[in-house]
Amino acid sequence: MMTRKLLPLMIGALAATPAMAETEIEFWHAMGGALGEMTEDIVSGFNDSQDAYRVNASYRGNYNDTMTGAIAAFRSGTQPTLVQVYEVGTATMMAAEGAVYPLHELMAAHADGFEPSDYLTSVVGYYADESGNMLSFPYNSSTPVLYYNREAFEAAGLPDRGPRTWEELEAFSEQLMDAGYACGFTTAWQSWIHLENLSARHDVPFATQANGFAGLDTELVFNDELQRHHIAALGEWQEEGIFSYSGRTNEGSSKFYSEECAMYTESSAGYAGVNANADFAFGVSPLPYWEEKIDTPRNTIIGGATLWTLRGHDEAAYAAAAAFLSYLSRPEVQADWHQQSGYLPVTHAAVEKTRDSGFYAENPGTDTAIEQMTATEPTENSRGLRLGNFPQIRAVIDESLESVWNGEASAQDALDRAVERGNAQLRRFEKANER
Amino acid sequence: MHDKAVFQHRLLPMVLIAPQLIVTLIFFIWPAGQAIYQSLFIEDAFGFSRDFVGLDNFRYLLTDPEYWASVRVTFMFSGLVALSAMALALLLAAMADRVIKGATGYKTLLIWPYAVAPVVAAVIWWLMFNPSIGIVAAFMELFGYRWNHYINGGEAMTVVVIASAWKQISYNFIFFLAGMQAIPRSLIEAAAIDGAGPVRRFWQIVFPLLSPVAFFLLVVNVVYAFFETFGVIHATTLGGPGNATRTLVYKVYEDGFVGLDMGSSAAQSVILMLLVIGLTVLQFKFIEKRVQY
Repeated sequence: MMTRKLLPLMIGALAATPAMAETEIEFWHAMGGALGEMTEDIVSGFNDSQDAYRVNASYRGNYNDTMTGAIAAFRSGTQPTLVQVYEVGTATMMAAEGAVYPLHELMAAHADGFEPSDYLTSVVGYYADESGNMLSFPYNSSTPVLYYNREAFEAAGLPDRGPRTWEELEAFSEQLMDAGYACGFTTAWQSWIHLENLSARHDVPFATQANGFAGLDTELVFNDELQRHHIAALGEWQEEGIFSYSGRTNEGSSKFYSEECAMYTESSAGYAGVNANADFAFGVSPLPYWEEKIDTPRNTIIGGATLWTLRGHDEAAYAAAAAFLSYLSRPEVQADWHQQSGYLPVTHAAVEKTRDSGFYAENPGTDTAIEQMTATEPTENSRGLRLGNFPQIRAVIDESLESVWNGEASAQDALDRAVERGNAQLRRFEKANER
Repeated sequence: MHDKAVFQHRLLPMVLIAPQLIVTLIFFIWPAGQAIYQSLFIEDAFGFSRDFVGLDNFRYLLTDPEYWASVRVTFMFSGLVALSAMALALLLAAMADRVIKGATGYKTLLIWPYAVAPVVAAVIWWLMFNPSIGIVAAFMELFGYRWNHYINGGEAMTVVVIASAWKQISYNFIFFLAGMQAIPRSLIEAAAIDGAGPVRRFWQIVFPLLSPVAFFLLVVNVVYAFFETFGVIHATTLGGPGNATRTLVYKVYEDGFVGLDMGSSAAQSVILMLLVIGLTVLQFKFIEKRVQY
């Protein structure tokens, strides 16, 4: 009797379970510290906003650890649904066609009202395929700008603005050094700022095949006239003290904070750090360009990371992922993230919302990056880079540039060597990924 | 055969050695086999395509000047670490051996750095030498020397050698001191009566009798410098500037974990494995003959 009565109930309960319970998905990210807390806040905001889905965010170490971990997990069948991957990992993710679920397909299948034109082309272009379809969600993107010490500028009798061009930066630096400053400027991320962005800003290719977007058979060409000119100038400046090299990542910040160097080229996402650590008034200005090389500079390109959806999960998990990514695109979520973290907003609506709220007026310099990114339409040379084995290529470039800074090699030799070694890396990647 | 064995059962000896065998198989033999297998392929990061390329990965490495640069860096680094850590430890041990008052206090202080994790030790030294805020760099600036290990490869190498050797000095110190204290006093006293001064007693009595300890420490220190200093380099130079501090182990990490180039990384591991086997054989076969046990 009992069992006969209970049986339908039990069947009913079993059938109801999937519909009632939340669909849980895993999201691996590489945001530590304050950015990690902001990310957790966004995720819990999403979880609280509805009760069909639940995203479990987990911090997996730096970009490298997170990507390597996700790939290892994929190989053993325990991959997360969403994973944050840095921009230099893009070619690896893209080439793994069976492993990733392209964003445009995911959103078309699982989200209502996904409109690619809502997004800033210069941001999403880096992560789009040849025909412009978005492949991953640009969660945190930044672009290089120039920070300058306004008090030092005043003391040296300079105008209250950053140098517009590299020619002007040289003159400003000399004036600063005459006023007693140890160096004119230092930089973070040398390959990204002084080769990759330099090329984009002057509308010159970094690699053939549309910077790698058009095919795996791309070859590096950053040893051309413009790049040689720039690196040679930096090499001379290093000798004269105008430029002071401080390391491969953003170690240069300590020279800027300690007022050793009055200018600093660094990611726009470094704004919060500069704001917290500089005991002086500072300004933010666009990344300089060579006046003798181009009249109207192009947009800069981005760095940062995107969220990739991995294959191997069920439809419910993808619905959850699509819902989460739609939530991330909401103007209020984007605007908050942009204002708190300093990363670029990815939608036009978020830019408008931030502007209307008076944030840019209250925090001068926070809109420099977004204006620099959107001033011109991206060209083939300023859309981004799509290179395999990019982490190794960056390491090769770092080594070559360091040999220029310490006077061991000329700009020409160092760049030729970096191109040659980088091309060997590209050929290995091509070989590993042809099928 | 069977009845000559100490154990009466076939099973018991198997069971007794099984744990060790299983551990060796799972953690040493199997990964080593995997490395050899993977070194023969070029594959993409996700493992979708796997091309058999024979010995191409090795050919690529051995014709790559960067790989040879890394080999040179590794040998120089290991030599410097082993030499400086052993020489200083020997000096300290010889001095501590003579101290009578407060000997335990000195010994404890000398052994202390061994408790510091390599990464922490590296970061401490790195900060002290930091060109902008480091105390050592500031001190050198007083003498007109501008220290910058971000640009100067030799200086970067100096810092990682100091950081790696510093910790190892304590370890070597313990062994040298124990070795010295095991030398019969009567030998030293006899030499003293014959008129040998402290320096002569050290070089003609103590040092030869310490050679087995020194030999053991040489092997341990070289292996330490080869394989256990990854953290020191990762926390400070990241292999730079240029390739000045990129050791072979760091290169395996860079290519395998950062670059996701499994084939090349595996080939490098295989070469490292052969190198270690070779080093050990060489040391035991040839150097051992000259050591007095």
